[in-house]
Amino acid sequence: MNSFITRRPIWSLIIFVLVIAAIWLVFAPWPQGFEAVFGKKKLFLNAVINGITLGGLYFLVASGFTLIFGLMRNVNLAHGSIYLLGGYFGYLAVDATGSWLFSFVVAFVVAALLGVILQVAVFRRMEGQDLRQTLVTIGISIVLADLMLWGFGGNSWQIQTPTWLRGPMDLPLVTAVKSSGEAVYLSYPIVRLVIFFASVVIGLTMWLVLNRTRIGMIVRAGVDDREILSAMGVPIQLVFVIVFAFGAGLAGMAGVVGGTFQSLSPGEDTRFLLASLIVVIVGGMGSIPGAALGSVIIGLAEQIGLAYFPTYAIVLTFLIMVLVLAVRPQGLLAGR
Amino acid sequence: MALAESRTRGAPSTASQPAWLQNVNPVAILVGAVILIMPAIASSFILTQIFGWAYMLGTIALSLMFLAGYGGTVSLAQMTIAGFAGYIVAILGVNGVPGGMGWPWWLAVPAALALSMIGGAIIGALAVRTEGIYTIMITLAIAAAFYYFTNENYAIFNGHTGIDGVPTPVFLGVDWHAPIPFYYLTLAVAVLCWLAVSYVARTPFGLALQGIRDNPRRMAALGFNVNAHRIAAYVFAALIAALGGILLVWSYGEIAPGTVSVSAAIDILVIAVVGGIGNPIGAFIGALIYAVLKTFALDFLVAFGLDGNRYRLLIGLGFLAIVFFSPDGVIGLWARWRHRARRGSPRSQPPGGGHG
Repeated sequence: MNSFITRRPIWSLIIFVLVIAAIWLVFAPWPQGFEAVFGKKKLFLNAVINGITLGGLYFLVASGFTLIFGLMRNVNLAHGSIYLLGGYFGYLAVDATGSWLFSFVVAFVVAALLGVILQVAVFRRMEGQDLRQTLVTIGISIVLADLMLWGFGGNSWQIQTPTWLRGPMDLPLVTAVKSSGEAVYLSYPIVRLVIFFASVVIGLTMWLVLNRTRIGMIVRAGVDDREILSAMGVPIQLVFVIVFAFGAGLAGMAGVVGGTFQSLSPGEDTRFLLASLIVVIVGGMGSIPGAALGSVIIGLAEQIGLAYFPTYAIVLTFLIMVLVLAVRPQGLLAGR
Repeated sequence: MALAESRTRGAPSTASQPAWLQNVNPVAILVGAVILIMPAIASSFILTQIFGWAYMLGTIALSLMFLAGYGGTVSLAQMTIAGFAGYIVAILGVNGVPGGMGWPWWLAVPAALALSMIGGAIIGALAVRTEGIYTIMITLAIAAAFYYFTNENYAIFNGHTGIDGVPTPVFLGVDWHAPIPFYYLTLAVAVLCWLAVSYVARTPFGLALQGIRDNPRRMAALGFNVNAHRIAAYVFAALIAALGGILLVWSYGEIAPGTVSVSAAIDILVIAVVGGIGNPIGAFIGALIYAVLKTFALDFLVAFGLDGNRYRLLIGLGFLAIVFFSPDGVIGLWARWRHRARRGSPRSQPPGGGHG
């Protein structure tokens, strides 16, 4: 941190000013004239918090994608299909048992099993052939998309929010001050906040596991040089299967989250694949902190764009990607 | 994945033939003749729905084949370029949406081609900042972004409904929308593009491009500007894709975001890979298979007592089978079968390249 400030004093100042501005925008009640120019503070706050919580969902999908890519150099273009499949199975589980939490287990297990099958039956056979692996994942995503259309139809499905998470709660964020001097606080759906904190916990756990445990050490070593790692006697194929299963399982769980937040329908697989792609391109391929940063940036860009210039929202996301590619092609937080 | 051109030139057959015929495969002549007299034997449905469509898709897939086979960069944004060109023609030219510009076709088409080439240069400039599989991810992201943009933007692209009422031009006294003229129009564009790609592959530029595909670092050391060559390849590919896209919009008379959807972009990759990505003609073989499959899958599946809507499943499984068993596509299957047949009977005539 200190070294960054001494190395890049100007950038540090800019970042500092931006952070202060962001804190002021979020916490202070907006003056009248300011609201006249930029619209209601409620709109802004909603967009920001929607963006951050959506970023949490993107992180769940993209972290598995980036983990698999980082370790196995495998661009899994079927990742969106795994997300959607997990969501559908989560829906079935909620429908059958009525337990929302249990559906996460079902989605994780189904997606992880699919991941294991993919890794063992497909990718192990074509190790080192990047392009062929990618083509195979495209084929698998076509097949899975059609199978899901077959099994679940073209309608959109929504997973019921459990009763104990339903309804809004007040956040300690002032949206406006009434003429009586009473502050109006922002109310926000509880379920989205809970899911966001869950994804933060998952992210931190992943970071801890990767940086503080033996298996994490093995995975990090594999990201750097898998040949040497396997030469040292580590059962690398087993590590591959575990990582693939975990990454796919995360995507499956994200499917349940997405099904609760939004809805599940054909086409969502592509949407989340695209989101994962942009997130890892922006954040840096193979980097978990990069996926976290990229997710928040893309989630914010999407929601703020949606709030202020709806028809050009996707262009904002795209411009961020282009900008990152132009300035830092390896991504914001990529190690190499 | 073998991206290199694996086609072997046929040995000179007999000395009695004229020189220009010596390298031409009799199968190719036969196929060429059948294609030329097709309007006399096939119904107009077959002409436009199968062959015309295959030529158009094949042209777009050809641009991907050029990038992948010779340039070594797989771009999923070729359908996006084609759709972009189609949109430009629809927007600038006559259309059925209020506020059309109403330019004549001979102004709208060059404008669309030029803008598409600029678009291709921009996509190329972005894509060359990355290598290999990263390029696929970036171009896929570009394709998806364009799709969502056209879907949501009503000011320019008329949103989800797209732009309809785009007429096929009438020039040289021919109504090119009629099945037989349109068949020959698509055929002419396809053949021209195929010849152009085959020619460019042999020019110094094409050879340098293939050198860059095989070893970019060495080519850079030899003084070639690697990125400039790659971007130029994107521009050339954009021109070809744009021609295919303009034909598509004339064929349907309309264009909507579905034309540039992610699955459409992936279909172009499927077509190029199934046909054989190492050979320009592979794009058209793949497109023909795709067109036949997509048109007749319904009857085919129903005949087997299955749901007729599952043609994408069929396409996906076929694609998987090809990627698994024959990385160089149908062309590779054909070459291997020929190789085995030749070994089986060493005296038989070795046929030449399988181009039509």
